Amino acid sequence: MTNDLALVLPEILLTIGGLVTLMIATFAGDRAVAAYQGAAVLTLGAAIAAVAVSIDNPPATAFMGTITVDAFGGFAKLLIYAASIICILIAPRFFARGMRGEYPVLIVFAALGMGMMASARDMLTLYIGLEMTSLAGYVLASFMRTDSRSAEAGLKYFVLGALASGMLLYGISLLYGFSGSTAFDSIAVAFSGELNMGLILGLVFVIAGVSFKISAVPFHMWTPDVYEGAPLPVTAFFASAPKVAAVALMTRVVVEAMGPGIAAWQQIIIFLALASIILGAVGAIGQKNIKRLLAYSSINNVGFMLIGIAAGTQAGVEAVLAYLLVYLVTTLGTFLVILNLRDADGAPVEDIRSLAGLSERHGGLAAAMAVFLFSLAGIPPLFGFWPKYLVFEAAVLADLVPLAVAGMVASVVGAYYYLAIIKTMYFDDVADVQWGAKGPVLERGLIAVSALWLSIVGYLFIQPLAGATAHAAAVLF
Amino acid sequence: MTFPMLSLMLAVPFVAAIACLFVDARTARWTALAATLINLALGIQLWLGFDVGGAQWQYVERADVFGRFAWALGVDGMALMLILLSVFLMPLCILASWEAVTKRVPLYMAMFLIMEVVMIGVFAAQDLILFYIFFEAGLIPMYFIIGIWGGANRKYAAFKFFLYTLLGSLVMLVAIIAMVLEAGTTDIPTLLNYDFPREMQTWLWLAFFASFAVKMPMWPVHTWLPDAHVQAPTAGSMILAGVLLKMGGYGFLRFSMPMFPDASGELMWLVFALSMVAVVYTSLVALVQGDMKKLIAYSSVAHMGIVTAGLFAMNQQGIEGALIVMLSHGFVSAALFFCVGVIYDRLHTREIDRYGGLAVNMPAYAIFFLLFTMASIGLPGTSGFVGEFLSLAGIYEASSWAAFVCTIGIILGAAYMLYLYRRVVFGELTKDDVRAMPDLNAREWSIMVPLAALTLWMGVYPESFLAPMRKDVATLVARVADSRAPSDAALTAGKPVAKPDSTHGSAHHGGGSQ
Repeated sequence: MTNDLALVLPEILLTIGGLVTLMIATFAGDRAVAAYQGAAVLTLGAAIAAVAVSIDNPPATAFMGTITVDAFGGFAKLLIYAASIICILIAPRFFARGMRGEYPVLIVFAALGMGMMASARDMLTLYIGLEMTSLAGYVLASFMRTDSRSAEAGLKYFVLGALASGMLLYGISLLYGFSGSTAFDSIAVAFSGELNMGLILGLVFVIAGVSFKISAVPFHMWTPDVYEGAPLPVTAFFASAPKVAAVALMTRVVVEAMGPGIAAWQQIIIFLALASIILGAVGAIGQKNIKRLLAYSSINNVGFMLIGIAAGTQAGVEAVLAYLLVYLVTTLGTFLVILNLRDADGAPVEDIRSLAGLSERHGGLAAAMAVFLFSLAGIPPLFGFWPKYLVFEAAVLADLVPLAVAGMVASVVGAYYYLAIIKTMYFDDVADVQWGAKGPVLERGLIAVSALWLSIVGYLFIQPLAGATAHAAAVLF
Repeated sequence: MTFPMLSLMLAVPFVAAIACLFVDARTARWTALAATLINLALGIQLWLGFDVGGAQWQYVERADVFGRFAWALGVDGMALMLILLSVFLMPLCILASWEAVTKRVPLYMAMFLIMEVVMIGVFAAQDLILFYIFFEAGLIPMYFIIGIWGGANRKYAAFKFFLYTLLGSLVMLVAIIAMVLEAGTTDIPTLLNYDFPREMQTWLWLAFFASFAVKMPMWPVHTWLPDAHVQAPTAGSMILAGVLLKMGGYGFLRFSMPMFPDASGELMWLVFALSMVAVVYTSLVALVQGDMKKLIAYSSVAHMGIVTAGLFAMNQQGIEGALIVMLSHGFVSAALFFCVGVIYDRLHTREIDRYGGLAVNMPAYAIFFLLFTMASIGLPGTSGFVGEFLSLAGIYEASSWAAFVCTIGIILGAAYMLYLYRRVVFGELTKDDVRAMPDLNAREWSIMVPLAALTLWMGVYPESFLAPMRKDVATLVARVADSRAPSDAALTAGKPVAKPDSTHGSAHHGGGSQ
C-alpha cells in the first residue's frame, strides 16, 4: 500500500495542493490572486518535479493494476502539468477584476484527472480521470458567469460531454461483458482471440467516446462553439492540456487494450484521421473569429496525430508524442499572442479582420504569430514540420502510403487558411483598431521563447526529443 | 577539418537578415548590400578554390546535430555554378530595389537575405531532408516578397505561388520518406549510387517530378509563374526567374536522373512531350502578351522547356547545354526583368503599348536591352547561343522530333522578343511622358554592366563555366547510360557483318560524331 502511494506521488501532491489552494482562495478571498495562483503553480511545479525524477524508473502498476506509472504517462504528464501552469499564469490579466480563486483550483483538479487519463490501465480509472477533467472543464468553460456566450459554451460542452461519457460507459460495459474484465491487459487477451460483435461494438463506442474528447471528426461539433464562447485562458487550456491527455489516452487504449485487434480499429482511426484533417482544414476557411479558427486548426492537427496512432507501431506512437509536444508549444504560443491582442480599452480583439496590418502596429507579435501559423501548417524550416514528417514516416513505414498522401494533400488546404491570416496581418492595409500597450514581460518572453524554439532552434533538440519519445513509446510495446 | 566555407556563406546573409530587422531603412539597405557583396566575394573564392577535375564533392562539411539527419554540405561543379549564379544576382537585386522599394525596407531586405540563405542551402545540401527543408523554406520569403511589395493583384499571386509549389513539394516529401526508409540513409552522395527497385523508381520519379515540374515550371503546371512574375517587385522577379526556377532543373539533375535512372529513361517521352508543348505553346502565348513582365515570364517557361528536354536527352551535350541554358537564363532573364523594372520605375506601367521610341531618349538603355534580347533569342556571341546550341545538339541525339519542335520554339522566341523590342524601343517617340523619361542612372549602369559582361563572357568563352561541371556531367551520363531510351537519330554505320560488340557501340559516341 505505501509502495502504491509512493508511485502516485504526483497525484497526491496535486490533490493536497489543490485543496490547499482552495483553502487559500476561500479564506484570503478572490483578491489575493498572488497567493492562490502561487500555491497552484507551486503544486503543479512539485508534481512536475515528482514526475521528472521518476520518469526513468521501470514501469510499475499500483492499486491492483488499475493505474500504471511509466515513461509514457510521465511524458504526457510533464506536458499536461506544464501547460496547466501557463494557463494559470495568463489568467489574472485576462479576467482582471473578475478573477476568482476557483480558476487555478479547477485547473489543478483537471490536471489531476488528466494525469490519471494518461496513466490509466483500467477502463474505470480511465473513466474517472476523464470525468474529473471534464467536470472541471464544464465549469471552466462557463467561468464568466455574466457573459452569455461563456454560459452557452459551458452548457453545450456539458450536454455533449455527457452524451460522450454515456457512449464511453456503454462501450466499457460491453467490453467488460465480453472480456470479463475492465483491465487493459485482460481486454487485450480477449481481443487477441476471435472478435465477436460485442467486442467490436464496445471498441467502437469507446473510441467514439474518446474521440469526443480529442474532438476528432465526426465528434467535433462542440469544439468551435466552446472555443469561441469560453474565456480565452480557458480556451487555451482546452486546446492544450486536455488534448494531450486525451490523445495519450486514445493511444494507450488502442495500443494497450485493443492492440491485438488492430485490424478492427485501424480503419476507424484512419477514417477519423482523414475526416479530421479534411474537415478541420475546410471548416476553417471562412471563419471570422480567430478562436473559432483555432478550434478547426486543432481538429486538423488532431487528425495528423491520429495518423501516427493509426500506424499502430512504436514509430507511430513516438511521432504522436513528438507531435504533442510541438503542438502544445505552438498552441500555447498562439493563444498567448491572441491574449496580447487588445485594443486601447483593454477589450480582446478576436475578429480576424481587425488583425489587418498588425505587422505594422505590433511587429513582434505579428512575426511570432506568423511563426506559429507557418509551424502549424508544417512548412519547413519551422519546427512544426518535423512532427508532421515523423507522423508521415510512421504511416509509410506501416504501409499506409495512401493515408500519408491523402494527409499531405489535405494539409495544402490547411495551409491556405494559415496563409490567409498571415496575409491579413502582413499584406492588408492597417485596420481601424486602436491597439493597446504591449503586454507584460512574462507573456512576451514566453511568446518569444516559443517562437524561437519553433523557428530553427527546435531542430537542435531532435535528438533528445527522439530519445525521450522512444523511451516513452517503448513501454506500450 | 577544412574551413566551413559553405556554412559561412549561409551564415553571412542569415546574420545580416536578422540585423536588418532591427535597423532603419537606410542602414538595412547598406547592410544587405554589404552582406551580399561579402557573399559574392566568398563565392568567387569558392570558385577559385574549386579543384576542377578533383574530387566530386568539395568543401564537404558534416555535423550530426539533428539526430535523424545531418548538417551536411558540399558542392560539385553543377552546384558550384548555381551557387555562383545566386550570389552574383543577389547584390544586383538589392541594388535594383534600392529606390524602387520604399515601404518596410528592413523587412524587405531581411526577406531577400533569407532567400539567399535558402538558395545556397538548396544547392549545397548533401542531406536529403536538409535539402527538403531548404527547398520548402524558400516559399516563405517569396510569399512575403510577392504579397507585401507586389503589384495590384499581389495577394492572389502570393497564394497561388505558395499553394501550388507546396502541393508539389508535399508529394515529393512522401517519396523522400519512402526513399529514406528503403535506403536507410539521408546522405545524398550515398543515395546517388543506391539502386532502388525497378517499380519503386517509377513512383519515386513521378513524385519528385510533381515537385520539380511545378518549380521548373513545366507545362501544364506553369500557370503560377506568370502571375507570380507579374505581381512580384522587380527584384523578386529577378530572383524568381534567375535562381528559383533553377531549383527545379537542379532537382532533376541531382535527384530524378541519378537516383532513378531506369525510371528516367522510361519516362523520357513524358518529359520530351511536355517540353515540346511548353516550348511551342508558351512561345505562342508570349507572342500575344500586352504586359512586358508576362511576356518574359512565358519566355522563361519556354526556355525551361529547352532545359528539361536537354536534361532528359541524357547525354553529355544535352546536359551541359541545359546547364548553360540554366545559367544563361539565370542572368539574362534577371536582366530582362530589370530592363522592365527600369522603365516601370519611370512610368509605372508594364503595358507595352504605353512605350515606344525609347531608343531616342534612352540610348544606353536601348543598347543593353538589345543585348539581353539577343541573348534571350540565342544570338551567337551571347550566352544564350552556347546553351541552346549544345542542348539542341544533345536533344537531336536523343530524339530528332523533339529537336525539331524545340527549334521551332527558338524561332518563335526570336519572334516574340524582337516584337517586344520593336514596340518598346523603336518606333516614333510620340508620348510626352515617355519622352520625359531619363536614361540610365549610375545605379542602373552598375547593375546592367556586370550582367552584360557575364552574358558576353559566357557567350565567347563558355569553357570557364563548363570546365567545373564537365566531370560531374560525365558521372551523371555514365550513371544513366544503361537506361537511356534508344534514339531515333543515332548514326549507324550500316549493318555490321561480323563484330558482335559493335551493337553496344552505337549508343556511345565521341563529341564530333554528328
